[in-house]
Amino acid sequence: MKDARQFGTLIGLVLLSAGLWILTPHFLTVSNLVNVVEQTSINAIVAVGMTFVILSGGIDLSVGSIVALAGVVLGTSLQSGHPLAIALALALAAGTAAGLVNGALISGGGLPPFIVTLGTMSIARGAALLFTEGRPVSGFDAAFRLLATGRVGFVPAPVIAMAVVYAAAHLVLTRTTFGRYVYAIGGNEEATRLSGVAVRFHKTMIYGVSGLMSAIAAVLLTARLNSAQPIAGINYELDAIAATVIGGTSLMGGEGTLGGTLVGALIMGVLRNGLNLLGVSSFLQQIVIGGVIVIAVLLDTVLKRKNRT
Amino acid sequence: MSSGAPAPVLEMRGIRKVFPGVVALDSVDLTLHAGDVHMLLGENGAGKSTLMKILAGAYRKDAGEIQLNGQPVEIVSPRDARDLGIRVIYQELNLVPHLSVAENIFLGELPTHGFPGFVDWRALHDRTAALLVDLGLTLDPRAPVGRLGLAQRQMVEIAKALASPGTSILVMDEPTSALTSREVTQLFALIERLTARGVSIVYITHRLDEVFRIGRRITVMRDGRHVTTRPIDQVTVPELVRLMANRDLSDHFPKVRAERGAELLRVEGLQVRGVLSDISFSLHAGEVLGISGLLGAGRTELARVIAGADRFDQGRLLVDGRDVRFRSPADAIARGIGLLPEDRKAQGLVPGLTVARNIALPHGRRLAPLGVLSRRCEADMAAPISDELRVKATPTQAVRLLSGGNQQKVVLGKWLAGAGRVFIFDEPTRGVDVGAKVEIYNLMNRLTARGAGILMISSELPELLGMSDRILVMHRGRIHAELSAAEATEERVLSAALGLAS
Repeated sequence: MKDARQFGTLIGLVLLSAGLWILTPHFLTVSNLVNVVEQTSINAIVAVGMTFVILSGGIDLSVGSIVALAGVVLGTSLQSGHPLAIALALALAAGTAAGLVNGALISGGGLPPFIVTLGTMSIARGAALLFTEGRPVSGFDAAFRLLATGRVGFVPAPVIAMAVVYAAAHLVLTRTTFGRYVYAIGGNEEATRLSGVAVRFHKTMIYGVSGLMSAIAAVLLTARLNSAQPIAGINYELDAIAATVIGGTSLMGGEGTLGGTLVGALIMGVLRNGLNLLGVSSFLQQIVIGGVIVIAVLLDTVLKRKNRT
Repeated sequence: MSSGAPAPVLEMRGIRKVFPGVVALDSVDLTLHAGDVHMLLGENGAGKSTLMKILAGAYRKDAGEIQLNGQPVEIVSPRDARDLGIRVIYQELNLVPHLSVAENIFLGELPTHGFPGFVDWRALHDRTAALLVDLGLTLDPRAPVGRLGLAQRQMVEIAKALASPGTSILVMDEPTSALTSREVTQLFALIERLTARGVSIVYITHRLDEVFRIGRRITVMRDGRHVTTRPIDQVTVPELVRLMANRDLSDHFPKVRAERGAELLRVEGLQVRGVLSDISFSLHAGEVLGISGLLGAGRTELARVIAGADRFDQGRLLVDGRDVRFRSPADAIARGIGLLPEDRKAQGLVPGLTVARNIALPHGRRLAPLGVLSRRCEADMAAPISDELRVKATPTQAVRLLSGGNQQKVVLGKWLAGAGRVFIFDEPTRGVDVGAKVEIYNLMNRLTARGAGILMISSELPELLGMSDRILVMHRGRIHAELSAAEATEERVLSAALGLAS
């Protein structure tokens, strides 16, 4: 049943692509498809963290701000002459730490995730602005920029990064006790606690994962733009939530897959790309994308209701 | 007392109600006279509340008829019941705390000025004041209900029920469960005044002292059937207890007594403020210790404390002779204590996970010390347990799709997979079909034979008597009696649960 659901999203992606191919033949060229996946990769990586969080029954609104925060940490430490490895480590640590703070407040303080991450969304954004005095940090080594511009064969580096992240996260989710607890906490937190699982610890780690994913996205974004911007990542949380939900993860928690999220992110990417190719105005694009999100979730709800009765 | 009033106000005859798998009411009769205070008695699950919900229009009866003042009536909605002058006051009151006494009483029919939609406050407060005087209540119509005590809120609820002039039948479901003795006296005085005005009252209670204080007639129900109806002066306390408890003990329990071994668990002077006080007992290997008590006696709270789910304020908890203070269920599990929670849907299972994954959930650390689960380890752990319990499902099925009995077996399976030696079973056979019940009893035998100790909380007296080696009876957060299997009878257990001297 779960497989059928994922299959459904995939069919949606194929139908959408076929439709765009008919409308604009340029859509189905190798270069455009590679371009779509590359464009999608950053959002798709943020959506991995969001999937962990939503599977556990939570929500993380702070991902976009953490992208900005990790980005400016990376940018400033590169500019101040730190070696690439150190700068990367600092950025990833900053993102993970921000996520862990979310997690600690939610699981330790017993606060609703929506409120906590709404607060840290503002705090992390403010910190990024304060840290850079509101100015972008630009101009990096070619070696660093290879993270965005490099290619293996015809596959761009960000796509490889995305593939690695998805493979690793998928293994964590399906083959580790941590992954099992993500589903269990989302499915029934009290039963999980009564089973002796350290629910607070694992919930904290889940938000840490989300922070880490935002930081990885920040690295790719900074390399691509050749600039770390304190205003980067605005509205990323909405794209990540949309990809997760279109991919079939239940907002109630406990049900969903990363494969679904990847397809969901690709649907969003393909839709944007296709609408651009068709010359649809950016105003109208927003309406179409919003409509697709609602219709996808509506279909999902209707199908699930049918399956249950 | 004039119990032989001529025409009955209400007659319910042959009422039948079936829920999936259970006959909740089987041809039940109830007759109510004007000015009667009719006590409706019975154990948990005897069908009292179901009968009253049918009268109130909250449930629809499957068979039987209801007559009001000799006229047959159909009550299919709460609205119908209200229109016929029937009001029910449930245990959980339905008042809006931020609104005033007057607003609550006339909510839905607030008096208005000629201009529609504008409340005529003076008329509202005058009418409320008049009603309160009439009922002999001293309440300020303008006081917000949220600031009143529980007893006063109950008075508001009663005033609300009587605000509509047609109200002739008032049903009260355990109205004194949260009241102090002074408040109870106030309530009883009000009930006296109401009956003097010809209002008939159906009063559900577990407190036998109240039965004899205000009751005029009693009806006893048992297992969804009507047992007897009598005037109060033709019944005694011991007789009442026997009427409530008595049943044919044809049910056979496959109890196998195991050898009693070392002490596994000891509780001394355990206290949780406002919930449990001075609880002391011990549990030995090979023993099933039954815990009885009415709803709210503190049984589940005790189970949760021992299982590390909740904390205690005072006292000691010893496992294998050593003091423990659990900070989480994980601590209790590490000491070999497993809890089968009362509400398996809410606390025992993760519905979206498979059978195997639910069974393996408490054992992650053992299955995967480094956190990496091998492909088959959960299924390998679950398969023999699933077979032993005869769970009718494949290990990869989501437990959401299983029947109640099979779900309960999965919850049991979680603890069988571990090295547990103390099992706390809270209502282990609730909502479970007969076949699965017997399998659960057999499993309990196997566990005690292996040297485990079982704490079994149950509201089903036959099960408790059939499977326990000893029985503790709780009453209002205390252990009221301890009975050996030999001395325990349904009457003795029930007397103790009702708080009577045993």
